[in-house]
Amino acid sequence: MLARQIQRRVATFASSRSLSTLVVAEHNQKDVTGGTLSAVTAATKIGGDVTVLVLGSQAAGIADQAAKIAGVSSVLHAADAKYDHLIAEEVTELLVAAQKEKNFTHILAPSSNASKNYLPRVGAKLDVAPISDILAVADKDTFLRPTYAGNAIAQIKSKDAVKLITVRPTGFEKAATEGGSASVSPAPEAATVGKTQFVSEEVSKSDRPDLTSARVVVSGGRGLKSGENFEMLYKLADKLNGAVGASRAAVDAGYVPNELQVGQTGKVVAPELYIAAGISGAIQHLAGMKDSKTIVAINKDEEAPIFQVSDYGLVADLFTAVPELTEKI
Amino acid sequence: MKVLVPVKRVVDYAVKVRVAPKGVELNNVKMSMNPFCEIAVEEAIRLKEKKVASEIIAVSIGPKQAQETIRTALAMGADRGIHIETDLRTDQELQPLAVAKILKALVEKESPNLVITGKQSIDADAAQTGPLLAGLLDWSQATFASNVAVEGESLTVTRETDSGVETLKVALPAVVTADLRLNEPRYATLPNIMKAKKKKIDVLAADSFGIDLTPRIEYIEVKEPAARKAGIKVADVDQLVDKLKNEAGVI
Repeated sequence: MLARQIQRRVATFASSRSLSTLVVAEHNQKDVTGGTLSAVTAATKIGGDVTVLVLGSQAAGIADQAAKIAGVSSVLHAADAKYDHLIAEEVTELLVAAQKEKNFTHILAPSSNASKNYLPRVGAKLDVAPISDILAVADKDTFLRPTYAGNAIAQIKSKDAVKLITVRPTGFEKAATEGGSASVSPAPEAATVGKTQFVSEEVSKSDRPDLTSARVVVSGGRGLKSGENFEMLYKLADKLNGAVGASRAAVDAGYVPNELQVGQTGKVVAPELYIAAGISGAIQHLAGMKDSKTIVAINKDEEAPIFQVSDYGLVADLFTAVPELTEKI
Repeated sequence: MKVLVPVKRVVDYAVKVRVAPKGVELNNVKMSMNPFCEIAVEEAIRLKEKKVASEIIAVSIGPKQAQETIRTALAMGADRGIHIETDLRTDQELQPLAVAKILKALVEKESPNLVITGKQSIDADAAQTGPLLAGLLDWSQATFASNVAVEGESLTVTRETDSGVETLKVALPAVVTADLRLNEPRYATLPNIMKAKKKKIDVLAADSFGIDLTPRIEYIEVKEPAARKAGIKVADVDQLVDKLKNEAGVI
């Protein structure tokens, strides 16, 4: 009798502590992003059940795909066009409703402009301090995250009952897209807020690999001198099947669009090969690329700070070196 | 309309920080207004110049020296300042949720229609305070704004996304967070710096708000990132291609 009571108590204790993580997926209306797969890996490192939430008008089809991701135990879909642009107010309502029903211990999303928009709002509703951009999971409450443009790595411990986390994709391997067999069901319904309306968007179309997931990134800075000269980098990138990035100086000068910016306030990349051409290497730029496996710097100023992080530095005029490099590989 | 602009005092963006076990070294380090907060102040001033905004209140939460940051905002063109004093380290102990709660109390007292914050501070790199505040107030929000136009009771905001830009129509009152591309902040001129000394700064104690400021996130340790292995300089493109092929194996 007593033994059974104890057993029951132990069981209740264990279940009240059992971990369950919700990963909010991002997708391009067709496939989930690489960042989402990295967030699933982060979730499996935390432990416990992993649920993936797919939002938007195409959610049902993408949910079936998400169910195959290794490590995922269930998938929820909210197939409603009001989620297509991840409007913070609407996504927050849904996440709060899902949290009320399922009591997740962790809610994760891949770091992106979208998740940085809605996740803190969810924090306000749940009275939870969000955790931005984790690089590693130490245990269910303890994480590593970069501060000061990546110049100080903080080990932090959250005291909140629910953890709201954005996951830096470069910190985690991508989960396998095959091997899982999760159950798929609709997400809880949430009221429509309607305070913010989507009007329009301009999306840069490119046939090249996505900057954040490319194996090779070729970036240009002020040294390129004009937008036309970036053509040279596109040629090199195409030959290496890579993506093209840029420093803030190149974006501000109007050589290339904003979404190519690599750095503290742009994208964070960690490709196998990062080629920086005509980039001096300011702290803010290094924050976005210094975890790349191999860094090549091409710069005519041999004192440029970029040479302090490059594995291979070539002091040369990029206008002759880049075409020659394109030729010889 | 009244605009509230929160500004943060941070280690200057050009400083290479030194890491100590419990946080980066803040003594004898040059501090400045967070660059994104400058952009937020500038946008508020431009709204005033367009006769859209009637009054701009700059608020900063932090140690005594935060008043210098408020003075900078006043010299740029803000009308008055509010300093909410605390001894908590603003890069790790005073955290976005607590800041947002204080700002909420201030919004309820001052009733602005618009709050413009920077998109992130360059010390904690959290990018949370703006959307947290919007959530607490149940206001609409537009983060990472690169263009803001006020049209009657709503804002048309262009915001930067990962793949380009999108335009949203946002009901007022609202919280907007400023991205790098929103504007080019002006420099405070000497006469304006002198005039700013006469503008009023109200000082309040952070713990007078009855808000629990205890950090929810404990900083256990702060470390330098792993150092990269020293690289080499190659003589020419041929050597570079050889190294990439045979040593690094990346092409």
